[in-house]
Amino acid sequence: MIRLPFRQLLARPATWAALALRAESTTAAAPEPEKVEVFIDGKQVLVNPGTTILQAAAQVGIDIPRFCYHDRLSIAGNCRMCLVEVERSPKPVAACAMPVMKGWKVRTDSDMTRKAREGVMEFLLVNHPLDCPICDQGGECDLQDQSMTFGSDKGRFTDIKYTGKRAVEDKNIGPLVKTIMTRCIQCTRCVRFGSEVAGIEVLGTPGRGNDMQIGTYVEKLFASELSGNVIDLCPVGALTSKPYAFTARPWELRRVESIDVMDAIGSNIVVNTRTGEVMRILPRVNEEVNEEWISDKTRFAYDGLARQRLTEPMMKDESGALKPCDWEEGLFKVAEKLQTVKEGETAAIVGGMVDSEALICLKDLVNKVGGETVCTEEAFPLEGAGTDLRANYVLGSSIVGVEEADLVVFIGTNPRYEAPIFNARVRKAYVHNELRVAVVGTPVDLTYEYDHLGGDAGTLSRLVDGSHPFCATMKASKRPVVVVGSAALQGAGGAGVHAGAVALAASLRASSGCGDGWSVFNVLHRVASQVGALDLGYTPGAAAIRARQPKLLLMLGADEGAVTRTDLPADCFVVYQGHHGDRGAEMADVVLPGGAYTEKTATYVNTEGRPQVAQAALTPPGFAREDWKVLRALSEVAGVTLPYDTAADVRRRLADVAPAFARPEQVEGAGFFAQAAELAKGAPAPAGELRPPQVALKDFYMTDAVSRASRTMAKCVKAAQDDEKSMWKGV
Amino acid sequence: MFTCVSRTKIGILVLGNLLPLHYQWDPLSAMNSIANLQQLCRQPACMVMATRHMASLKMFSNKSLTDEDRIFTNLYGKHDWKLKGALSRGDWYKTKEIILKGKDWILKEVSQSGLRGRGGAGFPTGMKWGFMNKPDTRPKYLVVNADEGEPGTCKDRDIMRHDPHKLIEGCLVAGHSMGARAAYIYIRGEFYNEAVSLQVAIDEAYKAGLVGKNACGSGYDFEVYIHRGAGAYICGEETALIESIEGKQGKPRLKPPFPADVGVFGCPTTVANVETVAVAPTICRRGAAWFASFGRERNTGTKLYNISGHVNAPCTVEESMSIPLRELIDKHAGGVRGGWDNLLGVIPGGSSTPLIPKHVCDDVMMDFDALVEAQTALGTAAVIVMDKSADIIRCIARLMQFYKHESCGQCTPCREGVDWLDKIMWRFVDGRAQVGEIDMIWELSKQIEGHTICALGDGAAWPVQGLVRHYRPELEARIRAHEETKAKATSS
Repeated sequence: MIRLPFRQLLARPATWAALALRAESTTAAAPEPEKVEVFIDGKQVLVNPGTTILQAAAQVGIDIPRFCYHDRLSIAGNCRMCLVEVERSPKPVAACAMPVMKGWKVRTDSDMTRKAREGVMEFLLVNHPLDCPICDQGGECDLQDQSMTFGSDKGRFTDIKYTGKRAVEDKNIGPLVKTIMTRCIQCTRCVRFGSEVAGIEVLGTPGRGNDMQIGTYVEKLFASELSGNVIDLCPVGALTSKPYAFTARPWELRRVESIDVMDAIGSNIVVNTRTGEVMRILPRVNEEVNEEWISDKTRFAYDGLARQRLTEPMMKDESGALKPCDWEEGLFKVAEKLQTVKEGETAAIVGGMVDSEALICLKDLVNKVGGETVCTEEAFPLEGAGTDLRANYVLGSSIVGVEEADLVVFIGTNPRYEAPIFNARVRKAYVHNELRVAVVGTPVDLTYEYDHLGGDAGTLSRLVDGSHPFCATMKASKRPVVVVGSAALQGAGGAGVHAGAVALAASLRASSGCGDGWSVFNVLHRVASQVGALDLGYTPGAAAIRARQPKLLLMLGADEGAVTRTDLPADCFVVYQGHHGDRGAEMADVVLPGGAYTEKTATYVNTEGRPQVAQAALTPPGFAREDWKVLRALSEVAGVTLPYDTAADVRRRLADVAPAFARPEQVEGAGFFAQAAELAKGAPAPAGELRPPQVALKDFYMTDAVSRASRTMAKCVKAAQDDEKSMWKGV
Repeated sequence: MFTCVSRTKIGILVLGNLLPLHYQWDPLSAMNSIANLQQLCRQPACMVMATRHMASLKMFSNKSLTDEDRIFTNLYGKHDWKLKGALSRGDWYKTKEIILKGKDWILKEVSQSGLRGRGGAGFPTGMKWGFMNKPDTRPKYLVVNADEGEPGTCKDRDIMRHDPHKLIEGCLVAGHSMGARAAYIYIRGEFYNEAVSLQVAIDEAYKAGLVGKNACGSGYDFEVYIHRGAGAYICGEETALIESIEGKQGKPRLKPPFPADVGVFGCPTTVANVETVAVAPTICRRGAAWFASFGRERNTGTKLYNISGHVNAPCTVEESMSIPLRELIDKHAGGVRGGWDNLLGVIPGGSSTPLIPKHVCDDVMMDFDALVEAQTALGTAAVIVMDKSADIIRCIARLMQFYKHESCGQCTPCREGVDWLDKIMWRFVDGRAQVGEIDMIWELSKQIEGHTICALGDGAAWPVQGLVRHYRPELEARIRAHEETKAKATSS
């Protein structure tokens, strides 16, 4: 549970509206069921049959306390905190699990209800340590809050004089989640999260009665890419964050809404800061993107933001070593190069975490000095329709759209690690909607079952021409989705894979009759800036730079080594602008320090093509500045002043270049499917092994400049490696 | 869920009449009563039954049960328990004809016999089996609860080791009445020998064509399986039992949905006690009127009683319902050790039912309604007799230790509360407590009762309530004695 106060939580209009919308869309064909009339504390409410008392009460704004109930997990009904009186029922009923019946009169404020809550609260506190002053959950603890509201005003635990309270051994479940099991109230939210959302049955409830514990039975890693979410789910301080332990209190933190850039999903996050430092990152509810989950990389890589940072401009001296300089020196040096290099010999390359504002400034700057070579590090095939049609490079069916799909074909991707949140959504659809999943590529553990169609790209041809045994199943699909991973589109074979996937999507479109409103072909990107860069007209891949042999190369956050010194002419002047001293800065002649994603108000376009705005939580460290401002200043020094002075101006420019930016938070409907399919026909036949770069959990944690600088992520890699060698692996 | 206004009203009416009887005092499945409420309201016949509960009760006839009227004729294992012996005692006699008479006929006979569930809750059997006859395409199952774990109870064990064919025949008849395709007999893990005997008997029945394909030549296919438990008391709770059969941890499910809607493997299921199932064929053969002629109205039939504790001859005996407790003990168990006046108290229906002191035992009848009036319950009719040599506080403390050990730990009041009761009870044994804690333990037991997922919490709370209700002076005396000893020790 995200730590919203109760009332706010229930009043999340977006959640309820989205749920209602989805419910309507799935039952659109069936006639509207007759509403059931019930009375909650005398307030009349009309609800659909099957609604629980707790949901009905929420509709009239009445909060019923709960610990085990969570609206994204199955109902356990075991904490008994939500007991309410139902008129004429001799005993209180659990509101979270009991569907309302016609005419029921529910009392949430009666003596019976109050007594039941008080009793349950007393039992919960009997064995709960009163260590709130040293508990990290203090201040945002459901048990603390509810005991103040619903508990008794006096204690009578006389046994403290004789036997004391229960003590439970702490479990070591990895470097991320800290366990203080004595505090556990056995609500089993974490167990249900593990088995339902994360899809790994590691946590369970060994022991019976008072000896029941949450645990892994044998000591082992909670080996999930989503493990951190149990920290939010835990209503008490039993599961807390290890990296965050004892560092801050919730009331000291400043919370800023932001967007994650560790993958291309664009998870909505809240950055918690104190005194100019990121203390922790929590998820923010967005039903259409990440619901309320975030991956462990999103949540825990923030310590990388404080290490390996570029905090002042640097310039190479005669000996070839980078030496700090001031902004004036650095900017004049680069400006001089911009002015002296011949027209067309300036090029730029951008990395995976660059915001759209900086992207447009860089592109405009290079264009102004006559350069045309603006590239991204991440490649994308330019054969066929290339990046001309947006439908070719976005996840057009949208993340929430897979909940309506009945078949997903993954090609050359491991969504579990490339986009954990998307994988969780696919798993959700798999569990609830009987979604069928098929994989072309190296078999990987996706946490759910799938049909493995083949390991190499040639499988795509067989799927298209109908000679593959899975074709019969595919033909029966009414709402198919083909998802090709951007990793499979890198390199020489990328064009073939792309064309093969487009052809497969076209044949599925024809056989399913899904209509033009449904996007069959989808690309799952790995990096946060790629869709934004392609929208703004960047050329994907570094091949153009190698071909152009530029004399001046501007690198913006390009740290993946797509271009190295050996690719460039010896007299090429390399400028690196970015936030981390990683591979890019190593080869630069001038380094200009920029801001990381938490330090700038910036727009990112996720793999669906959804532009989202992150707010600046901090100022960039040292002399570093927001990237678009650096580029704007550079342009002025170089005498090619960019025509915008404020962030609002830059955003207007973004909307001029790509209209999608004018509608933040929205996904544009893709189109021109037939044209894309037609244009793809000239491409070479798909061939070669499809092996996603992230196969095992240990590959997941360190994938970019921030996570490579993170100690927490390094510990995770170590833990995952140890786990692979563990004798309990697979137990 | 109720679908129209009129039914809703009737539903609540029935609830009002029925629940005080079942809910408050039935130890094993208080939930069952509410469980079946929704179906109850759909069944016009049931409403009649339910309202008849309010009618005045016929008095017990006090006639002695003769051997001719006993159903379990090999209860003591003196005869052959295998198929040959069973046939000689009349089992499997005209079973085909019973089945061919159809499920409605069987349900009618069982309903009219007034048979109530013998597992403890006492829900009308005919009504419960009738819940299964809703149109449904899923397979249906009969699950026989042979996880007899209630301390003091040993009736199902004797049926399974000495009369297993009664149970198997009962499975077929009961299974047919609800359209089940198979019966799962969930047998307590400790009953190894009984499971072996039962399996031998099942194999015999298969071989003789009595169950399996075309059972008894009736054209009806019916399978019987044994599933052995692993020794958890909680697996005797019907939904925990279902979980256990499915291979999961034995933890009770939330109701609704009830087993009749979603039971074992997600299919409609009825869970019935061994004794309930085993008497069904005899009822069908000898007629509902015969069975209903024993006991009082609404408490009819014969019943297996287990008499243990401080009696001269502990035994299991089949007797008529509504037999006075004193008569039962004197006639079959050789009387209380040291005479009736040496009686301290009785737990009348297995460990989870509240204690009754001697003055109540003097004239109480052993049936559902009489014992509810005495603020206890018939439960499984396992009479635990305690004479004046018993330390009643220690007896109840030992029971609390049992419930603490057997709580599944799923829901809060039971997990935390029963452990707490246990701690306090053992202090009471020594007197290390304050007098005020007697009221506290009463309140705590009330905080557990009715607040849990299953009825184990209720069953754990009731013994304490019985103790405080009737033996408060003993508790206070123990505490005072302890204080005096302590004072003496400090002064010296």
